[in-house]
Amino acid sequence: MSYKFFPHTDDEMQAMLKTAGVKSLDDLYQDVPQELQLKKEYELPTAMSEIEVRRFFDGLGMGNITMRTFLGAGYYDHYSPAVVQDILKRSEFLTAYTPYQAEISQGTLQYIFEYQSMMAELTGMEVSNASMYDGTTATAEAMMMAVANAKKRKRVLVSETISPYVLRVVKTYAKYQGIQIDMVPAKDGVMDRDALKVELEKDDVAGVIVATPNFYGILEDFTGIADLCHEHKALLIMNCVATALSVVKSPGEWGADIAVGDGQSLGIPLNYGGPYVGFLCTTKKLIRKMPGRIVGATKDADGKRAFVLTLQAREQHIRREKATSNICSNQSLMALYVTIYMGLMGAKGLKEVNSISYSNAHYLAESLVNTGLFEMAYPDKPFLNEFAVKTKLNIDELQQYCNDEYMQCGLKIADDTLLIAVTETYSREDCDDLVDACVTFNEEKEGK
Amino acid sequence: MNPYAGAHGELTGLMIMRGYHLERGDVKRTKVIIPDSAHGTNPASSAVCGLDVVVVKSRPDGTVDVDDLRPLLDDTIAGMMMTNPNTLGIFEHNIGEIAKAVHDCGGLMYYDGANLNPMLGKVRPGDIGFDIMHINLHKTFSTPHGGGGPGSGPVGVREGLEHLLPNPRVIKIEEEDYDYFKLECSDKSIGSISGHLGNFGVMMRALAYILTLGRDQLKWVGPLATLNANYIKESLKDVYELPIGGVCKHEFVYDGLKDKSTGVTTLDVAKRLLDYGFHAPTIYFPLLFHEALMIEPTENESKQTLDEFIRIMRVIAQEAKDDPEMVKTAPHNTPVRRLDDTQAALHPIVTWRELVADNQ
Repeated sequence: MSYKFFPHTDDEMQAMLKTAGVKSLDDLYQDVPQELQLKKEYELPTAMSEIEVRRFFDGLGMGNITMRTFLGAGYYDHYSPAVVQDILKRSEFLTAYTPYQAEISQGTLQYIFEYQSMMAELTGMEVSNASMYDGTTATAEAMMMAVANAKKRKRVLVSETISPYVLRVVKTYAKYQGIQIDMVPAKDGVMDRDALKVELEKDDVAGVIVATPNFYGILEDFTGIADLCHEHKALLIMNCVATALSVVKSPGEWGADIAVGDGQSLGIPLNYGGPYVGFLCTTKKLIRKMPGRIVGATKDADGKRAFVLTLQAREQHIRREKATSNICSNQSLMALYVTIYMGLMGAKGLKEVNSISYSNAHYLAESLVNTGLFEMAYPDKPFLNEFAVKTKLNIDELQQYCNDEYMQCGLKIADDTLLIAVTETYSREDCDDLVDACVTFNEEKEGK
Repeated sequence: MNPYAGAHGELTGLMIMRGYHLERGDVKRTKVIIPDSAHGTNPASSAVCGLDVVVVKSRPDGTVDVDDLRPLLDDTIAGMMMTNPNTLGIFEHNIGEIAKAVHDCGGLMYYDGANLNPMLGKVRPGDIGFDIMHINLHKTFSTPHGGGGPGSGPVGVREGLEHLLPNPRVIKIEEEDYDYFKLECSDKSIGSISGHLGNFGVMMRALAYILTLGRDQLKWVGPLATLNANYIKESLKDVYELPIGGVCKHEFVYDGLKDKSTGVTTLDVAKRLLDYGFHAPTIYFPLLFHEALMIEPTENESKQTLDEFIRIMRVIAQEAKDDPEMVKTAPHNTPVRRLDDTQAALHPIVTWRELVADNQ
């Protein structure tokens, strides 16, 4: 018998069976009642060679079409330096186990420590955990943190300007936790402060979740919001687009208690939704209420600096049903991804990424408005690399038309509204192509 | 396919369990039964799902005590959550009786896929009474661990529960000329539990692994993992305390060194293993034994590797007798020595900014 990944020869197997005190592999299952045993083959193809496996996936790949994309809505097509993937594939990182044995895992532990340091710096918060699954679940975990912190309050307010993709996950977690989610309405694309004030004054709110940049790409002004929340003993949770934090006022500067979001925008290529990485940063005061793994610095028996998983008394494997969260595996390798990316880019590089994206987005917005076919949905609001436009064009038909031109023109967020994102990976020519496609689409429609 | 990891799969599966009761207006079922040998994630996931945990005891042989289980079953039970084999590596041979009892009281059976490995080719959870399960692709289907993630925890359900699976999901449309696939969201679902479809890239790797082994080789994963575990178990039981005899599945637990007089603990043995280039096994879990040392070799370790491991474990047992102090202060050959965990937790330093401030 020969096996693909199993190194046993027949002779070795016989010797091992003898030591194990049984005659055959079947005898190792003598404790499993016969009627519970599987008596047939799996409904799977027979073993494929590497060449066949490659052909299989190539075949699936041919069913996908590559396009230029102006879609964003939380996930962005930023440049990803080739060296990041290369370092990531090193077995010391790729196949390493969870760093429970600190003495032999200093490399893993140190990169997590670097990640925590960089994320704390980016968000302006004091501490970060070792990563979460993604931005949506990180936001749900922050909601749970706020409720645990408030003890008896089970109501959380969410700004209507948050991404609906984040909101739907928050709502699922809330439903099973018995947490009441109430929306703070939006006015002109930003959270209505007066409405927030009215709700907070009921003094039963555990936390308030806001977004920056918000779902419409708008940078909201949160002046005074943190004070308002704290006055009424509610935590302020800020859901952020990670890369944007390098150029806009950070959650820490706004006075937020928890900063969460998806780290995908820090150079992780779009990959059909995952693996990406969620981040959760907070204040030192709340560190013991944080979910997930945390790496801390300490000393070894010789007084040498070393890193270790710490504050494990919060976690599920110790605290069981009283843990701060059930999270166990996280997205460690993707935390390494964004750590290498940020290391390569530096503060200056991150600013450059955002400034090119900004200038592209503003160029595209202006060009679209100049065609007379579009107008800005929120004309007086500041935006970075994403914006909403209103149009009289049939958006479904426009999207189809652009797809035929190998472009995704944006996300339809209302019958007459399109959400468009641009990054530094696109040139002015790419923007012009999208504008031309919209104009030609309109001409062809009117010509008919 | 939406859950990102095992614990996330558990949470999703438990939401489906609750969703099943809630959609029938059965709001009383707020408790889930979990064996005392279970991993901490099980009760933690239950709590996040808003379920109260009821613990069922184990018998001396490590399996669920069915007599202890029966009185717990009433109309407040949403279901029972188990691994099989359990965390001691023992197959729960009463699973048929357990599943029937839980079903008779109106509950559902949840299978934690953490220990699915030895079942490959031999037993399918759906055939032995389970209604909902998750698979840890980063365990059973060999996707890289990445220093702690990304994992993937897809959830499977019995026919009749599929409408509760999370949004969005991929469905196959069969047309006369050709089939195609599309994304679908359903109002009957428990809702969304992740940004999109989980760790897609991890699933691709797991699929490549499954296709590479195919039906003719995948079925050997279980028996060979089981063979490797039993081989070690029998080879070392004269020097390490084996609290539960008989065949194990892919893993088993020693209760520390047989000779306890040296004062050398399971932690010391684990740390000494590092000196010899072996990753230490899981220790002090499950909680049923004081000096638990859980050994789980998997199917792809060769006899040569296992023999070397056995040899080193014997060397350490001898060292414990000859020079206990040296074992107690292990590791000695690693980049750093034993760490001060207490200090790390008392005064957490979690960023460079804090570390620099602390040094000043």
